Amino acid sequence: MGEVIVITSGKGGVGKTTTTANIGTGLAALGYKVVLVDTDIGLRNLDVVLGLENRIVYDIVDVTHGNCRLKQALIKDKRFEGLHLLPAAQTKDKTAVTPDQIRELCAQLKKEFDYVVIDCPAGIEQGFKNAIAGAEKAIVVTTPEVSAVRDADRIIGLLEAAELHSPKLIVNRLRPLMVKRGDMMSIDDIIDILAIDLLGVVPEDEMIVITTNKGEPAVLDNNSRAGQAYRNMARRITGEDVPLMDLEAETGFMNKLKKLIGFK
Amino acid sequence: MLDFLLRVFGKDNSSSKNVAKERLRLVLVHDRADMSPQLIEDLKEDLIKVISNYMEIDENALEVNLDSSNNTVALVANIPVLRMKRTSKRKEKIG
Repeated sequence: MGEVIVITSGKGGVGKTTTTANIGTGLAALGYKVVLVDTDIGLRNLDVVLGLENRIVYDIVDVTHGNCRLKQALIKDKRFEGLHLLPAAQTKDKTAVTPDQIRELCAQLKKEFDYVVIDCPAGIEQGFKNAIAGAEKAIVVTTPEVSAVRDADRIIGLLEAAELHSPKLIVNRLRPLMVKRGDMMSIDDIIDILAIDLLGVVPEDEMIVITTNKGEPAVLDNNSRAGQAYRNMARRITGEDVPLMDLEAETGFMNKLKKLIGFK
Repeated sequence: MLDFLLRVFGKDNSSSKNVAKERLRLVLVHDRADMSPQLIEDLKEDLIKVISNYMEIDENALEVNLDSSNNTVALVANIPVLRMKRTSKRKEKIG
């Protein structure tokens, strides 16, 4: 019996879809059977981030409405044996499915897969309620900004109210140099405010733009620091104890100089 | 120049991250307590009305805040008393 994990954030644009694609691919790379479910009906994007947009025939609405069998709608990734995508519908809206339908869908999927990873739409309305309906665990993505952390706080409250207890936090797009300068909230600052456990930290990385351009998740790129962060998170999800990577390794010349003259 | 050096060497307390953190802390107290700043203002006015029946207070120095720690929110009021009254206004009216 697999595990259903929803990836959510409240605010849009903080990296839910990128996170879903990378964690899912990371889990598949570890040899697990994984299905990624895009619940952002009307604004689907997980397909393009994964580079699977040309292979969609059926979508999640077709499945819940009985237009096709579940197996027919699942797209199999060519790079990883165990990786599958259930795409969102693009021409419908969030009301095309109900929380009960998603709950039923998740129950079916977790019989087949080790991990069912759900990409939640932004917002706290119907789309959010759909996305969390079948989930057993939740991951909240935020960035080190006032607006994103505020929305994350609201989402944590709503998850709690929906009996999804102790969600895990991912801090995305952290810029260690700015943190060092005191111009960006640090991991400790954010955890202090949100009071939930950390799953991982993703440093800002230009490689994400480049890999997303190509439709290849950054987790597959050994040179990408964000990719490394996602690989670590995938392992943590499987229960492995992986220490946080050294984010300051790249903070550059000033850091080294400071160390040299004893300011650190 | 000193300011620049302090910033470079990370010893500056008025950094923008501290501003962000403080703003967040305040906004979250209200978010979590589900109470708008306007509502707090109204509460303040009502408090003044009631307390003024029993003592003279310094209305300008009165502070009412929602304070959150460990997932609980407390209403913290700091009300400087200028003079105690011997009888309450309420009773005076009755009498």
